[in-house]
Amino acid sequence: MLNYTIRRLLISIPTLLFISLVIFLLLDLAPGDPMSSIPLTVPPEVKEKMREALGLGEPVHIRFLNWLYQFFVVEPQVAWDHLFGTDFAEGKQRIISFQSRSPVMTVVAERMPQTLWVVGLSYVIGILIALPIGIISAYKQYSWFDQIGTFISMIGFSIPTFFSGVLLIVVFSVILQWFPSIYDTTHTVTDWGSFWYQVKQMIMPVSVLALYNAAQISRFMRASMLDNLNQDYVRTARAKGMSEKVVVLSHVLRNSMIPVVTVIALGVPTIFGGAIITEQVFQVNGLGQMLITAIYASDAPMVQTLTFIFAVLIVLFNLIADILYGILDPRIRYD
Amino acid sequence: MNFKTVLMGAVAGIAMAPAAFAERGADGHVNIIYWQAPSTMNPYLSGGTKELEVASLVLEPLARYDETGAMVPFLAESVPTVENGGVSADLKTITWKLKEGLKWSDGSDLTSADVKFSWEYCTSEGGGCAQSEKYNDVESVETPDDLTVVVHFAVAKPFPYGPFVGAQAPIIQKAQFADCTGPAMASCTDQNFAPVGTGPFVVDEFKTNDVVSMSANPNYRDPMKPAFATATVKGGGDAAAAGRAVLETGEFDYAWNLQLAPDVLADMESKGKGHLEVSFGTLVERIMVNYTDPDPALGEERATAAHPHPILSDKAVRQALSMAIDRELLVEIGYGAAGKVTCNVLPAPAIYASTANDGCMTQDIEGAKALLEADGWVDSDGDGIREKDGKKLALLFQSSTNAVRQDFQAIIKQWWEEIGVQTELRNIDSSVFFGGDAGSPDTFQKFFADVEMYANNFDGTDPEAYMANWECKQAPRPETQWQGNNMPRYCTPEFDALVAEMAKTGELEKRAELAKAMNDMLMQDYAIIPLVYRGRVSAASNTLGGVIMNSWDSELWNAADWYREK
Repeated sequence: MLNYTIRRLLISIPTLLFISLVIFLLLDLAPGDPMSSIPLTVPPEVKEKMREALGLGEPVHIRFLNWLYQFFVVEPQVAWDHLFGTDFAEGKQRIISFQSRSPVMTVVAERMPQTLWVVGLSYVIGILIALPIGIISAYKQYSWFDQIGTFISMIGFSIPTFFSGVLLIVVFSVILQWFPSIYDTTHTVTDWGSFWYQVKQMIMPVSVLALYNAAQISRFMRASMLDNLNQDYVRTARAKGMSEKVVVLSHVLRNSMIPVVTVIALGVPTIFGGAIITEQVFQVNGLGQMLITAIYASDAPMVQTLTFIFAVLIVLFNLIADILYGILDPRIRYD
Repeated sequence: MNFKTVLMGAVAGIAMAPAAFAERGADGHVNIIYWQAPSTMNPYLSGGTKELEVASLVLEPLARYDETGAMVPFLAESVPTVENGGVSADLKTITWKLKEGLKWSDGSDLTSADVKFSWEYCTSEGGGCAQSEKYNDVESVETPDDLTVVVHFAVAKPFPYGPFVGAQAPIIQKAQFADCTGPAMASCTDQNFAPVGTGPFVVDEFKTNDVVSMSANPNYRDPMKPAFATATVKGGGDAAAAGRAVLETGEFDYAWNLQLAPDVLADMESKGKGHLEVSFGTLVERIMVNYTDPDPALGEERATAAHPHPILSDKAVRQALSMAIDRELLVEIGYGAAGKVTCNVLPAPAIYASTANDGCMTQDIEGAKALLEADGWVDSDGDGIREKDGKKLALLFQSSTNAVRQDFQAIIKQWWEEIGVQTELRNIDSSVFFGGDAGSPDTFQKFFADVEMYANNFDGTDPEAYMANWECKQAPRPETQWQGNNMPRYCTPEFDALVAEMAKTGELEKRAELAKAMNDMLMQDYAIIPLVYRGRVSAASNTLGGVIMNSWDSELWNAADWYREK
C-alpha cells in the first residue's frame, strides 16, 4: 500500500505540471483584459503603463516559469517563514493579484475560514442527513418514508441554489426578519451572544448547500444499499439468526459504504472550491466568490493559482478515495 | 490606545461643542454596501470607481467638487483662481495654501512636502499609476513653506485643477509611502490596504474584495465630526442584493450603484425603509457611427480612414437613424428616474449644455423615411430593406453584454427596420469590448461594426479633454495600436481648429461657447447619436441623514457630515 501511494504521488507530479501549463495557456489565450474595468476616462497610455507594471509585457514562457518558481519555491518559503520565524523568502517576488496588488496566498488564507465553515459544515451536515435517509429508504423501499425522502432529494437536485437562496432571504430576512441576508465576515465569536449571531448568519447558506449535498449523497446511499440487500450473504446472515440490526448495520452498510465513501471523498475538493453561487447570494465572500470576481476582472495570477490548488486537491482526494477503498474492502489490494 | 484617543477626541468635542451639536462618534455604526467590493484603498493603483470612492473616506484631495459641480476647498484654504491671484496670469502656475493645523490620522502634521510627494509618487517611473493623467504637464512642484504648494506647468493650463483635486488625486502621506515609489508601488500591500489619511475615517481592517472596517479619525480637523464612531464597507453579491439590504431588510444604511430595472427599484423603495438618491453627472449612453468601412475584405486597412463607410458616409442615413429613435421610451424601459432624454454628447455642467439639438427629443419615423426616400434610398425589390446604387441599407450593431443594452438593441433594431434599415445585433463581453487588447477584433476601439453603443463621461467638470476625443488624431488605427477615443473616426479641420482654440482659451464663457460649438458640430453631423443622459442611483436608509448625492466626485464625499436620524 505504501509503495502504491508513493508511486501514485510521483505520477501526479508530471500530471499537475501539465495541468498548470494548460490552465496558464488557457488563461493567456482567453480574451479579456485586466484593465477593462477601469473607467474610460483613464487614457490608453496610462493603461499601457499599468499593464507593464503588472508584468504583462513579458513573453508567455517567462511568465509561466516565473509563476512556477513563485508557486513552488517562494510561496512555500513564505509559509515556512511564517511558521518558524525564518527569513528565506525575504525580498522575493510572491504571486501578486492584478486586482489588489497583494499576494494571492494571503487572500486565500483570509478567505479559507468562511469557506470551510459555511461550505464545509454544509457538507458535513449534508452527509449526516443523507446517510440515515439513504439507509432507511433502501431498507423500507417504497414506504412513505422512502417516498418523502425521494421527493426531498428531487427538490434538492432540481432547485438551483440561486433560487432557493433568494427564496430563503425573501422569507426569513425580508418578511420575517429572523436572519441577516448579508454574511458578516468580520464577525468574531467571543461569547454566547456572538455565537448565536454566527449561527443565525450561517443557517440560511448552510441549509441551502446542505440540502443540495444531502440530495446527491442520499441517492447514492440508497442505491448502494439496495444492491447489497438482495445479495446471498444477506440471506446467509439472516439464516444464521443474526438480528436485523447486525445484518443491516454491520454487513450491508459496510459493503454499501464502499462506493459512497468514494463519492464523499471526491466531493471534498469542491468544499475548497467554495460554492460560487451560494457565496454570491449570501455575500459569504469565500474562495468561490474570490474566484468569480477574479475571472470577471481577468486577474490571471489569482485564477491560475486557485484553479491549480483545486487541481492538486482533486488529484490528492482521488488518491485518498482509492486508499480508503483498500481499507474498507480487504479484497482490494494494489501491490 | 486607539479607543482612548477616540474617547479623548470625543471629550474634547464635548468641551468645545455648543449643546445643540452631537459629538464625534455619538451615532454609533454606519453600514455601507458596495456590491463590487474595493480591492485596494489606494486610488493611485486602481482607476476603478469602487476603489476611488471607498478610499475617499480616508484620503482627501486639496479640493473636491460638490453636488453642483462647483469646487470646494478640502485641505486647501481656498480654491486658487486667476481673480484671487492663486493662478498666474500666464496660466502656468497655481499656488495652493493648505489649511492650518491639519493632522494625519496618526497625529503627525500634514505639510506641503506630503502634497509634493503625492505628485512624485504618481509620476514615478515603473509604477503604473492609474491617475498619472491628472499630473499631465506638471513640470515641478515647489514648497516654499510648510503650507504653500506651487505647481508649475510646462504649458499654459486654462483649467489647472488636475493635480490634487477630486477623488482621483488625493494627498498621501510621505512618511508612509516614501519607500513605495516606482516598481515598489505594488509590493507595499500594508500601505495600500491601510493608507494614513486626513479623511473622517481610519482603516482598521481591510479584506480585499470583501470588507473594510473603519473607525472615526481621532485627528479629523472638525472635532465634532464624523458622527459615526465606526463604519463598515461591505462588498459582494449583486446590485439587487445590495438594494434589498438597504430598502427591504434595513440591514445596511447606504448602497452604491443600483443599476436595476426601474420597476424593481420602485418596488423595493415602496417598502418604506429607505429611498433612492439620484444625481446626474456627464454620463451619456450613445451610439457611435462608424465613418470608415469595417469590411473584413479590406485586411489591414479595415475600419481606417483609407476607406470611407459605403452607407454611413451619407449624412441622410445617419440622420434618419437618429430620427427613428424614441428616446423617451428608452429612458422609461431602461433607467426610469435614473435617466433623462438627451440630444447632446456633452450634457452638463449647465453652462456647457447646448439646446440647439433638442429636435431629437421626439421620434419621427415618417420624417426619417421621407429623408431616406429623398436621398435616393428606396426599397425597389420589396424585401423591406432600402437600397441605393446596389448597396443595401444593412448595419451591424454591436454593444457590450448588459441586460439594459440588449433591450435597447432589440428595440432600436425594431425602429430601424421600420424605416427600412436591416439591423444585425451583436453583443460582446465587457471585459473584451472595453479591454483595449489590440490583438482582439472585438474591442470598441477597433469598431469592426457599423454602429456601436456604450456610455462614457469625463472626470470633474471641465470638458476640454473630453471634447478633444473627436480630433482627427484620436482615431484608433493600426499606427496607434488601435488606441484612441475617436470611435467614429470623425475628422474635420473645423472641429480640430475648435479643439486647438479651446486649449489656449482661459475665460470660462469663451470656453463654454467653444465646447457647445463642438458638441453641436458632432450632433448636427450625426457622428454620435446620444440616447440617454444617465444618472447615478444609490439608496440610503431613512435613518441616515446628511447624504448629498454627488456625481462630480466620490459619492461618499461628505461622509463626515452623515449622521443618524433620531
